[in-house]
Amino acid sequence: MSAAEITQATRLTVAPRVGTRFLRSELRLIFGRRRNQLALVVLGLPPIAIAIAVRTSLSQPGSTAPTFFSSIAGNGLFVALAALTVEMAMLLPLATAMTSGDSVAGEANSGTLRYLLTVPVGRLRLLFVKYAGIVVFALTSTLVVALVGVLVGVILFGGGSMTLLSGNQIGFVEGLLRVVGAALYLGAGMAALGAVGLLISTLTEQPIAATLATVVFSAGSLIIDQIPQLGALHPYLLVDRWADFSDLFRFPILWTGVMHGLYVDLAYVVVAFLAAWARFSVKDITS
Amino acid sequence: MRRWRRSEPPVTDDGSHAIATSGLTKRFGSQVAVNAIDLAVPTGAVYGFLGPNGSGKTTTIRMLLGLVMPTAGSFRVLGEEQATLTAALPRVGALVEGPAFHLYLSGRANLRRLDAADRYADPATARRRIDAALDRVGLLAAADKRFRAYSLGMRQRLAIAAALLTPKDLLVLDEPTNGLDPQGTREVRHLVSSLAGDGTTVLVSSHLLSEIEQMCSHVGVMHVGRMLRQGTVAEVTRGVHPLARLETPDPAAAVPVLQGLGLTEVRVEGHLVIGELGEVPPEKVVAACVHAGLDVTGFAVAAPSLEDTFVALTGEGFDVSG
Repeated sequence: MSAAEITQATRLTVAPRVGTRFLRSELRLIFGRRRNQLALVVLGLPPIAIAIAVRTSLSQPGSTAPTFFSSIAGNGLFVALAALTVEMAMLLPLATAMTSGDSVAGEANSGTLRYLLTVPVGRLRLLFVKYAGIVVFALTSTLVVALVGVLVGVILFGGGSMTLLSGNQIGFVEGLLRVVGAALYLGAGMAALGAVGLLISTLTEQPIAATLATVVFSAGSLIIDQIPQLGALHPYLLVDRWADFSDLFRFPILWTGVMHGLYVDLAYVVVAFLAAWARFSVKDITS
Repeated sequence: MRRWRRSEPPVTDDGSHAIATSGLTKRFGSQVAVNAIDLAVPTGAVYGFLGPNGSGKTTTIRMLLGLVMPTAGSFRVLGEEQATLTAALPRVGALVEGPAFHLYLSGRANLRRLDAADRYADPATARRRIDAALDRVGLLAAADKRFRAYSLGMRQRLAIAAALLTPKDLLVLDEPTNGLDPQGTREVRHLVSSLAGDGTTVLVSSHLLSEIEQMCSHVGVMHVGRMLRQGTVAEVTRGVHPLARLETPDPAAAVPVLQGLGLTEVRVEGHLVIGELGEVPPEKVVAACVHAGLDVTGFAVAAPSLEDTFVALTGEGFDVSG
């Protein structure tokens, strides 16, 4: 490039481009990172472990076994649901906390934040792209658990029609769709947790601290959710309705819990994102 | 001598200044990092932004780039005020407080990420522009190494390459030669000169005075958050009087003679008598000494350097500001 080309700033007559280039770059950053790839591998392990354990144990899980476990032998799709149930409390929130806590604080910590902002990337645009990346990773994480579960389950236990918790039967394809629906529902919950993580991430320059705080938020919500005396708080807790994805496997589907859960998710996203924006828009970037 | 004070009217936007600030102030808690400075960088200038570490240079630069919000005062960058700064920033290339990139990405991938974030950059030409920028800083051979493996000098070069990804009207380079070897320092100097030759305005901060003196048309001297003086290099050093150095076997006897002539700060160092000439014509010094019966074995007048200027302005060395 000649020097003259560098100085002649004719390009500002061009309107700014609207496109997904920055988002794609963000996704490459998230999914190209060894740590996050490893997290997705780890998330895929429980369904494999569950399927092998049930397959090889002499006594099949009885009627006292946790929801879904007792149905695994009948249809492999239930491996996915059992795996989502066991990962819902700890592993999935941890993965979400990792990417969301890192989102802004990680860039601040490495100093890349100041270079992004001087490109310039508008601060609101940066938050949107960061959050979009968090959402994509959250949905990916629950889908990985579900799809690995389906794959291993069908291999070890076969597919075929699915007997619902209410006793009715549905076809394999509909069963598969409902499993994907359950994964997306939990993914929405994780995405809402990710909004909280994004907010915390704008408050610090230490990505680990932001991740830990997000985990503490999630674990704290679970603890409160298990104290009956604090029942008045339960409807407002992010985690309260996560387990209600099992209602998707009844006939007819019980939408009340799931819809309530989605509303709570949405409320958390709106409040946390606005708070993150309020904080980040005027923050002095001194890192 | 030209001094810029708060009482001067704000610099108006007549297009003659790439950067103009008026009473720009930043307080962090009770500490005043930048104290009402009126920075004026003429369009097309290479402006040396001088001052010891901690004098407020970087905070000023951060305000000009929209990273830090001013506590008081106003500024314009390429004609845009703070509120519309994002309209100017695509034409500003910046290196702020050292290089910062993703450690586990290659140099090229890091540039690709920054280019992807730029809504004015054409993705169709990204590959060519990135290679051109890498080539310009001599980093093409190491482009696919991870940033983690780069030496400090290579990191510094990559940061400069990032500032050159798209055409710029203004370059803000904060300590650009930090960590570079002498060869790299020379290359940066040439790069700055060639960019300035094309009409790009450059604001370059440094605490290395000799470096600045060689490449700048203008300088501003910061100290403890204040702008002590700014203008062309000649304007800034004009106020500082040259030193006369007289060599004589009997220096003690020369002191009253020089003082009688009007020299100030007269002191003895071995066989040397050193004093500030002030307005005294140099040729009179030797004549007066000979007239007083002194043996003069040598005489020299030293032009003031930026270092001398700085010491004269602050009364101290070029060290960390408190």
